[in-house]
Amino acid sequence: MTICENNVAKIEIICKEFNYDKGELINVLHKTQTTFGYLPEEVQQIVAQNLNTSLAHVYGVVSFYSFFTMTPKGKFPINICTGTACYVRGAEKVLNEFKTLLKIKVGETTKDDKFSLSNLRCVGACGLAPVVLVGEKVYGRVTLDGVQKILDDYNES
Amino acid sequence: MDTINIKIDNKNFQVAEGTTILEAAKSVGVNIPTLCYMHLHHLNTTHKPTGCRMCVVEVAGRKNLVPACATECLPGMEIKNQSIRVLNSRKTVLELILSDHPTDCLICAKNGDCDLQSMAQEMGIRHLHYQGEQSHYIKDRSPAIKRDMDKCIGCGRCLTMCNDVQTVGALSAINRGFMSVVAPAFQMNLEESVCTYCGQCVAVCPTAALTEIDHTKTVIRHLADPSKTVIVQTAPAVRVALGEEFGYDPGTIVTGKMTAALKDLGFDYVFDTDFAADLTIMEEATELLDRLTRHLNGDTTVKLPLLTSCCPGWVSFFEHHFPDMKDIPSTARSPQQMFGSIAKTYLADKLGIKRKDMIVVSIMPCLAKKYECSRDEFATDGNPDVDFVLSTRELARLIKQAGIDFKSLEHADFDKPMGESSGAAVIFGSTGGVIEAAVRTAYEVFTNQKLHKVDFEQLRGMDWIRESTIDFNGTPIKIGIAHGLGNARKLLEEIREGKSLYHAIEIMACPGGCIGGGGQPLLHGDSNILLARQKAIYAEDKGKMIRKSHENPSVKKLYEEFLGSPMSKKAHELLHTQYFDKSNPMKITKD
Amino acid sequence: MSIKYRKNLLICSGSSCHDASNFDLMDFINVKLKEYGLDDDIQVVQSVCFNKCSIGPNMIVYPDNVEYSTITKSDIDDIIIEHLLNGRIVERLVYNDVNIISGTHKKQYRIALRNCGFIDPEAIEDYIEKDGYDALAKCLTTFTPEEVTQQIIKSGLRGRGGGGFPTGVKWDITSKSVAEQKYVVCNADEGDPGAFMDRSILEGDPHSVIEAMAICGYCIGANKGIVYIRAEYPLAIKRLKIALDQAKEYGLLGSQIFGTDFNFTIDIKYGAGAFVCGEETALIHSMEGLRGEPTLKPPFPSVSGYLKYPTNVNNVETFANIPAIINKGADWFASIGTEKSKGTKVFALAGKINNVGLIEVPMGTTLREVIYDIGGGIVDGKKFKAVQTGGPSGGCLTEKDLDLPIDFDSLTAAGSMMGSGGMIVMDEDDCMVAMAKFYLEFTVEESCGKCVPCRIGNKRLHEMLTKLCDGYGTPEDLDLLRNLSVVVKDTSLCGLGQTSPNPILSTMANFYDEYHAHVVDHKCPSGQCTSFLKYYIDEENCIGCLVCARNCPVNAIFGEKKKLHIINHEICIKCGICMERCKFDAIYIK
Repeated sequence: MTICENNVAKIEIICKEFNYDKGELINVLHKTQTTFGYLPEEVQQIVAQNLNTSLAHVYGVVSFYSFFTMTPKGKFPINICTGTACYVRGAEKVLNEFKTLLKIKVGETTKDDKFSLSNLRCVGACGLAPVVLVGEKVYGRVTLDGVQKILDDYNES
Repeated sequence: MDTINIKIDNKNFQVAEGTTILEAAKSVGVNIPTLCYMHLHHLNTTHKPTGCRMCVVEVAGRKNLVPACATECLPGMEIKNQSIRVLNSRKTVLELILSDHPTDCLICAKNGDCDLQSMAQEMGIRHLHYQGEQSHYIKDRSPAIKRDMDKCIGCGRCLTMCNDVQTVGALSAINRGFMSVVAPAFQMNLEESVCTYCGQCVAVCPTAALTEIDHTKTVIRHLADPSKTVIVQTAPAVRVALGEEFGYDPGTIVTGKMTAALKDLGFDYVFDTDFAADLTIMEEATELLDRLTRHLNGDTTVKLPLLTSCCPGWVSFFEHHFPDMKDIPSTARSPQQMFGSIAKTYLADKLGIKRKDMIVVSIMPCLAKKYECSRDEFATDGNPDVDFVLSTRELARLIKQAGIDFKSLEHADFDKPMGESSGAAVIFGSTGGVIEAAVRTAYEVFTNQKLHKVDFEQLRGMDWIRESTIDFNGTPIKIGIAHGLGNARKLLEEIREGKSLYHAIEIMACPGGCIGGGGQPLLHGDSNILLARQKAIYAEDKGKMIRKSHENPSVKKLYEEFLGSPMSKKAHELLHTQYFDKSNPMKITKD
Repeated sequence: MSIKYRKNLLICSGSSCHDASNFDLMDFINVKLKEYGLDDDIQVVQSVCFNKCSIGPNMIVYPDNVEYSTITKSDIDDIIIEHLLNGRIVERLVYNDVNIISGTHKKQYRIALRNCGFIDPEAIEDYIEKDGYDALAKCLTTFTPEEVTQQIIKSGLRGRGGGGFPTGVKWDITSKSVAEQKYVVCNADEGDPGAFMDRSILEGDPHSVIEAMAICGYCIGANKGIVYIRAEYPLAIKRLKIALDQAKEYGLLGSQIFGTDFNFTIDIKYGAGAFVCGEETALIHSMEGLRGEPTLKPPFPSVSGYLKYPTNVNNVETFANIPAIINKGADWFASIGTEKSKGTKVFALAGKINNVGLIEVPMGTTLREVIYDIGGGIVDGKKFKAVQTGGPSGGCLTEKDLDLPIDFDSLTAAGSMMGSGGMIVMDEDDCMVAMAKFYLEFTVEESCGKCVPCRIGNKRLHEMLTKLCDGYGTPEDLDLLRNLSVVVKDTSLCGLGQTSPNPILSTMANFYDEYHAHVVDHKCPSGQCTSFLKYYIDEENCIGCLVCARNCPVNAIFGEKKKLHIINHEICIKCGICMERCKFDAIYIK
C-alpha cells in the first residue's frame, strides 16, 4: 500500500485537531471522509497509527456505521430515502428504476464514475415522499418518469 | 462474607452477596448453560458480552428474560431456571445459532471437543425449525492458524484474548447484524495482519472457527518414508498436559508414556527440547552477564534490561508493535530452534546422515512455534532447521489415530545425547521459569559461588506482572516477569519511557507461560487446570538429579566437542538470531 | 423577532421546504426586497417547519399572519407588490386548507415546538426575547439543584425518546452518583424512519436544548455536555454550532454562568448511521469511538456511562420541554395531558395522510383527532386501515383504537408504543404482512449483531415474512413466526431486539385474516404482494404503441406495432412498470 505524503499530512492535521485521542475516532473518520470522499485502506492505516489504535479496530468501526464508505462515490451520488413514509409512497419502485436505468446495484458506482447509488435512512422530508437526493440537491415526490428526468439533469452537464 | 436468600425454581438458597445469578447458581449446584461466557479465574479475565443468550433465566418482576452471567443476585430474588418459557427460549436461540452453522460435525476438527456440539446434545436438539441464509466466508490459512468463519458463533471470546489480554489487535468484530463477523482489518488474511500466532484465540474458541493448522498427515507421511531419519523433540509443557487428552487428571506428568508413544509412532529418535533449553540458558545467561558486567563497569551504551527471547509469539509481538526496541531482547534463539540447528549439524554429523535426509519434528504447546520454524532465518539453503511442529492436541490425535493405548504404555526414556536435561530446563514451561533457570546459572557464574537453594519461590506464581530482587552476593539484580502480551506491553512502554529499573525481564506471550499455550488441551474456561500444570512442572524440576543448566553433561560435551564456548563465533552462527521491523509501514510517496 | 421592522417574512427553512424550492428562497427574497427598497422596512426570518411540508416552500407574513404556500420565484414579485407594498393579500397563494388553518391549531398545543417557526434560530436575541435562558438564570440563582430536580419530577415529564422513563427521576439518580466528572448527553441521533421532530427542534430552536442541557448539568453536578447528532442533519448541525457559539459569546455557556460558580460547556459528537445508537449504552460506546454495540443494563449510564462516568442521556424533545417547565412551573405542565403522561408530544405524521408534517398535541388527544382533524384524513378519500406508531419498534393500531387517548401507557396497552413519535398512516392498499416485512428489513439492516436473537432471529423472521409475501408460506409458518417473535422479544440484549418483533405481533393480532389469506387462500387481500397477482393487457384499451414492451425490464411483453400486446407470465417479474407507463389504462392486475 502506498499513500502520498501530502495525504498523510492531511490526516495528521485532522488527528491532531482531536488530540490524537482514539475516543474521537468517529469524529476523525467523519472529517477524513469529508476530505477524501471515502475511507480507503491506506487512509485507515494512517488514522490507526496516529490514534495509536489497531487497524482492525478502525476497520471494525468503519464497517459498522453505514455513513462510512470504502468505495469512492460517483461524481453525482444518488441517495434514495428508504424511510417508512417514502416506502409507503413507492420508494422501492423508484429505486428499482434507478437500478434499471443506471445498470448498477445499491452501493455501486457507474463505470464512468458519474453516478453512484445508495439507500439513505429517513431524511425527514416525509412530506415530499418519495425523496431522492443527488448530492445535496433534493428531489421530492419522484415518479417513475421523473427518474429519467433527474438523470437527464446531470447527463447534460 | 454476607449471604442473601434467593429462590431458584421455588427452592430456597443462601448465596454470597454481590455474585451474579450464574455464580450463585453454580455455588448451590444449579447448572445454567453458557456459551459465550468465559471466566479464567486465575488469570483475572472474564468475558461476558451477554451475546449468546443461552444463560437467560426468568426473574420475578422483570419483563424480559435476563442473562444469568451478568445479572447480580439481589436479596429475595425469585429465579426460574427451568420454566417452559426459559427452556423454549434457550432451545429456540440455540436453534438459531445452529441455523447459521454448518452441520458437518462428524468431519469437523473440533468433533467431540466443541462447546456448541455439547450444548446441542445437552439441549436435545433434533430438528432445526428455523432455516435460512447461512454466512459464508473464505477460509484463511496462515502458517499456524486456520480461520473458518462459517463456524463462528460470534461469542467474541477471541476478541477478548486478542485485544484485551494480549493487546495484539489483529482481530475485530466487523460489519454489523447478520453480516457481522470476527476478522482482521479489511478481512485480510491473518498472515498479513499483526497476528503473533500466540494462539490464545484458538485456545478459547468454542467451535472450529479458529483451529491450528494440522500437520499430522505430513508427519505420518515422513514417518513412513524409509529414506528419512525422523527425530522429534518435546517441549517441557507438553508432558504435564498431554495426559488430559487421555483422561488423566490435569497436572499428571506423562513424560515416560509420551516418550514411549513417540517411539511407537515410529520416530527414529525421541529427544527433549529441554536439552536445548539448557543450551539456551548457557547463551542467554552469558549474554546477560556480559551486558550486566559492562553496565556495572559504567558502559552507558549497553542495553538493559535484557529481555528473554524463547517465546516466538512474544518475538512477533515486539517486531510488529515495538520495532524500535528490537535490539533489547536477547539474541539467543528459542530452545526449539537451537535444537533444530544443532540437530541438523552436530547430530547429523554424528549420525552420519545428510541434512536433507533428516526431518526434525517438534511437539509444542504452542502454535506460534509453527510459524517460528517457517521463518527464513531458520533455514539453510531452503531446508528448515525444524521441519514440522505439532501441538499437544495434534500429538494426542496422532496417538489416537495410531491406535496406541496410551494408558497402558510402559515408560520409556529420551534418547541421547539430545535427551538429557536439567530441572532448570523443565521449568521453561511455566511463567517465571526461564528467568529462574537463568538466575540459577548466572548466579554461579557471576559470583563464582555454589548456589545452595535453587528454588526461587519469589519468581513463581500466576500474577500477571511480578518483580523481585535477587542478591548476587552483594549485587542486587532486579528481575521482572510478565506473561500475557498485554502485560508485556506495559513493561515495554515503561522501558520506552526510560522508567524501567529491571536488569532482566522474562516475557511469555501466553497466560501462564507455555503451560497455557495455544496448542495445549483446551481449558474450557477452567483455569484450575493451569495451576495443576504449573504445579506439575515444578514437581518435575524437583525430581531431577541435575537442576542447573550448566551442569548438564550433554550440553557441556556439546560445547567441548563442537561449539567451543557460549557466545563463540560458532555459537553465534547456530544459536543466535536477529529481529526485524514488521510494523509494515506504509510506503509514503511524494505525490 | 424584532419590532424594528414593519413586517417580518417567516420562511420555513425546514428541510422539506428548503429542498422543495429549487432556489435559495431567502437570498432571492432579500435581493428582491432590496430592489424594491424595502430591505430596511421588512425582515426575512428563517424559521422552522410549519407542519406543511407537502405544500412547501411556505412563508408567513407577520404581523398579518398570512400564510403563503408552494411559492415559486415568479410569485415573489406578486407578494411584494400586492401584499407588502399595497396591503392586498395574494389569495391564489394563500394556504387555505380547512383542516390546518382552523382545525390544526386549535387541537395543537406547542411546548417543545413553542419557538419553532416563530424565531430566527440563528439569532440568540430572538430566543432571549422569548424568555430564553430565563429558566437557566432562575435555576442557577434562586434554586438548589435538588429543588430544580424536584420540579422536573413533579412536572411528570417522561423521556420522549422511546422508553418514557421519568426524566426527573433519571436526573435524581445521576445526581446521587458520586464521581469527579459527570456528563449530560443529548441524544440527537434520531433514527426512526419517518420521525424528524428532533431535527426540527434543533433546526428551529437550538437554544432551548442548550439551555436545558445546562439546567440538567446544574442538577446532576455535571459541567460537560455532549450532543450526539446524526451526521445526516447538516442544517441542524450548522444551527446548533451557531447557537453554541452565541451562547458562549453571551456567557451562557462557559465558566461562572450568571455570576455563579456553575460552569458548563457543550461539545458535538457525530453519529454515523446506526439506528441502534439510539439505545443509551450503544450511543455511549459510539461516543467513545467504538462500534455502537449495546451492553447490559445495569450498570445504567447514570452510574457508569461515558468514559465510565455517570452520564445522563435525554433526547432532544425531552430537553426542549425543560425551560418551559421551569418558566411556567411544574403544576402548569402537569395540568396538561393524562394522569400518567404529562405535557404534550410531537408526532411526525406521514404515509397516506393529507397533511404530512410535525404536530404537537397534548397527551390524551385521540388518534381520530390527530388523523382526521389535524391530519386531514386519508389521501384520495380512501379507507383508513391502520396507523403504525413507534416506528420499527412499535405496532399498528386500527379502526377500533381511533378513539384511544394517546399516551405512553395506552399505546403500550394497545400493543404498540410511543417511540419517538412517528405515525405512519396506512390505507386499504397497504398489506400488513408486507408492512411487517418492511420493518423487519429495517431491523435486520440495523441490528448490531452482538446478540443471537437479534442477529439471527430477526433475519429468520424477515426470511419467513418474505416467504409469506412471495406466496410460499404455510400455516405452520405462522406458528413458527409467532414463537420466534416472542423469543426474540424475550431474549434480546437491548431495546432494538426486544421490540423489533412488535410490528409482526401487532399485525398478527389485528390482521390475522391477512396472514391467513397469504398462507391458506394464497392471496394478498390488499393486492400489494404482487407475487399473487398477474398482469394482463386489456384488449379494448391497448392500441399497440409498444411503450410497455419497450419499458419491460425483462422483455416479457410481446406484440407488434398497432396490434394487441401479450404478457408472458413465465417471464414477468411483476414490477408494474408497464402499468405505470401505459398511457391508455390498458394494463390491469388480477
